[in-house]
Amino acid sequence: MHIVVCVKQVPDTKIIKINPKTNTLDRRSAPAILNPYDAHAVQEAVKIKEKTGGTISVLSMGPPQATAVIKKSIEIGADLGYLISDRAFAGADTLATSYALSKALERISKDLPVDMVICGKHAIDGDTGQVGPGIARRMDIPPITNVIEVSEVNQQEKTVLIKRKLTSGYELIQSELPCLLTVEKEINDIEYSPMPNMIKAARYEPIIWAVSDLENVERTQLGLKGSPTIVGKMFTPPRPEGGIRLEGSADEQVSKLMEVLMEKKDLLTIQSSK
Amino acid sequence: MPEKFDVIVVGAGPAGTACALTCAKSDLNVLLIERGEYPGAKNVMGGVLYRKQMEELVPEFWKEAPLERPVIEQRFWMMDKESVVQFGYKGLEWATEPYNNFTVLRAQFDQWFAKKAVDAGALLINETVVTECIVENGKVVGVRTDRPDGEVYADVVVLADGVNSLLSKQLGFHKEFRPDEVALTVMEVINLPKEKINDRFNVEDNQGCTIEIFGDSTKGNLGTAFLYTNKESLNIGVGTTLSSMIKAKIKPYELLDYLKNHPMVKPLIAGGESAEYLAHLIPEGGYRSVPKVAGNGVIIIGDAAQLVNAIHREGSNMAMYSGKLAAETIVQAKSREDYSESSLNSYREALYGSFIMKDLEKYKDAAHTFEKYPQYFNDYVPMMNKAMSKFFTVDGTPKREKQKQIMKSVTAEKGTLRVLQDLYRAWKAVK
Repeated sequence: MHIVVCVKQVPDTKIIKINPKTNTLDRRSAPAILNPYDAHAVQEAVKIKEKTGGTISVLSMGPPQATAVIKKSIEIGADLGYLISDRAFAGADTLATSYALSKALERISKDLPVDMVICGKHAIDGDTGQVGPGIARRMDIPPITNVIEVSEVNQQEKTVLIKRKLTSGYELIQSELPCLLTVEKEINDIEYSPMPNMIKAARYEPIIWAVSDLENVERTQLGLKGSPTIVGKMFTPPRPEGGIRLEGSADEQVSKLMEVLMEKKDLLTIQSSK
Repeated sequence: MPEKFDVIVVGAGPAGTACALTCAKSDLNVLLIERGEYPGAKNVMGGVLYRKQMEELVPEFWKEAPLERPVIEQRFWMMDKESVVQFGYKGLEWATEPYNNFTVLRAQFDQWFAKKAVDAGALLINETVVTECIVENGKVVGVRTDRPDGEVYADVVVLADGVNSLLSKQLGFHKEFRPDEVALTVMEVINLPKEKINDRFNVEDNQGCTIEIFGDSTKGNLGTAFLYTNKESLNIGVGTTLSSMIKAKIKPYELLDYLKNHPMVKPLIAGGESAEYLAHLIPEGGYRSVPKVAGNGVIIIGDAAQLVNAIHREGSNMAMYSGKLAAETIVQAKSREDYSESSLNSYREALYGSFIMKDLEKYKDAAHTFEKYPQYFNDYVPMMNKAMSKFFTVDGTPKREKQKQIMKSVTAEKGTLRVLQDLYRAWKAVK
C-alpha cells in the first residue's frame, strides 16, 4: 500500500492580521503552519498503514521553507517527503496547482505505484477545496470528498469502504483503488508523535524537485501563466452594526428584554403565524 | 532500541543553544530538546543582549542576527512620585561595529540562534517536555520525555531547563528556591512607530536607548523597572523579588500598570499599541544560590544554575558563556571517555574561574542587603529627588546655605549615624 498525502504550508489564520489599507493578508503577522486538515490527512494515512503496512509519502508545493511542513508530516509518521519548488510554480491558482501536483504524483508513482491519495478538505488560507478533486480528475481516479471515516481497506480486491459527511447525515460508499480522499477534521485525533519520529523528522531532508525534474510538463499550465483565476476584489466584511446591549443586574436585563419584546410584538406574531 | 547521543541538551535558550552549537562544532552528536513550539516561544528577558559572549559563538553575528537596535545610551533613573533624578552615558562609539550591546526580541533571536546550532549539525526537537533524567547506578544516562517511546540516551545530559530547573531539583542538586531568591518580572511589548521612538528617545534609526528605573517604579520594593527601545516597539517591564511582592501584597500586573501610568513614563509610551504581554521568574539569588553544577553524566548551565547578575542586568551572556564552558568540558571528557563527576568538574572550575562567578561573588550580599534594609529604595530615592529639587530651584537662597539645609534634612530624618551606617553597608555590598 502506497499512500501519498498532499500537504500545504499556510499562515495560521487564527492569528493573522489583515492590512486595512490593501485588504490583503499580512503574512508576516502569522507563523507558517501545516494546514490543519492536512495534518489529519497524514494521521489517517498513518492509521491505514498500521493495518495494511506499506509506505506513506507526503507531497507539497511551495517555497524552500515549506520543507517545514514535510518535516512536520514525518513527525506524524510519514516515511518520505517531496517538495516541488520552482519559480515557475509561483502564483498558481487551484487549476495550476493541481496540474503541478499531478505531474509530481506521476513521477512518484514511477518509483512506487500509488494506491491512494489523501488531501485535507481544504486549506485554511484559501478555503476553496478544489485542488484535491483537481488532482483526482487529472489522474483519472475517483475523488471522494468530505471523508469522516475509512472503514475498510481491502488490498486483495483493491477496494475501500468510505464514510462521507453530507449536509444531512452521511453516506457509505465503496470505491476501487487507487482513489483520492479529502478528509474532514473529525476523521481522527492527531496523536502525540513518538520520540523516534521526532528524531527522524529532525534529521530528514525532503526530496526537492524543480520543474525540470518532472516529465511531460506543459510549462504554460504552470504558475501564474496557467492560472485563469482573477481576484476581483478583497475586503474585510464590515462588523455588523445596530443591536441593543442590555446592561445592569440580571433582573434589570430581563425586564429590559421584556420591554423590547413587547415593543416588537408584531414581528413575533407574524413569525409564529407562518 | 532508543537512540544514544554524545550529548543531550535540555532547553534551547541562550545557554542550551550555545552549548549545543559548541558541541556540534566539535563534531559531537547533539540532541537539543525544546518544550516550546519553537526556541524563543516561551522565553522572556528585558531585552539587552551583550556582544562579547555572543561574538565568541558566532563571529560578527550582528551582520545577520535579528537584532533590534544597538544600545548607544544607558540611562538610570532614581524615580519619585512626580520627579526623577537621572544620570547615564551616551556614546557614539557604541553606534558602530563592533557595538557594545543590543536590544532584541527573544522570540526572533532565539529561533535564529538555534538555527545556527542546527546548521552546525545539532538535532533540534521542539514541543517536547523532558520529564526526568534517567539515572542508572548513580549516573545520569539519558532523559525521559513526555512522548511515546520517549527515552533517549547520551553520555552527558546538559540541563539548560531554566530558572525552576525541575530536572536538577529531581537530581537533588537544589531544593525549591525561596521567594527571596527569585524575582517575578512582567513586561509588555508596545508597538510604536519608528519616528516617534527616535524623537522621544533622541536617537537615530539604528540607535537604541535603555532606561533602568529605581524607586517609585517598584513602589519602593527591591527591584527595578526598565524601558528599552526596539526598532518599532518598546519593551517596558518591572520586576521585584517574590518575597517583596508577598510582603507588600502587590500584584505584578498592578505594578506594571502603575509604571505605565507614572507621569515620568507615560509620555514616552503614549499612543503605543500593546503587542505582547509576558511574565517570567528570574533567578536573582546570586552566588549563594548557585547549586551543584556538575554530577555523574550531567552538567547544569544558564538560569538553571542561577547564573544571573541582577545588579548589572546580565544573564543571557552568562548563560551563553556557561554553555560554552560546559561544551568545552564535554569535548575534553569525550577525548578521555570519562563522564564521571570528577571529569565533568572541570566545568565547575572553569565557571568559578570566569567572570561569571567572580561577578556573582562580588555582589553576593547585595540583594540580601537591599532586601533586608528597604530604606535604600524607600527613603533615599525620594530624599535624592527632594535634594535635587531644592538645589536647583532658584529662590534667592545662597547655594552654601542650600547645601547645609539639604544635609540637615537628610541627617534630621535619619540621624547622622544611621546615614553613615547605610552608606557603609551599601558600599560593602557592592564593593
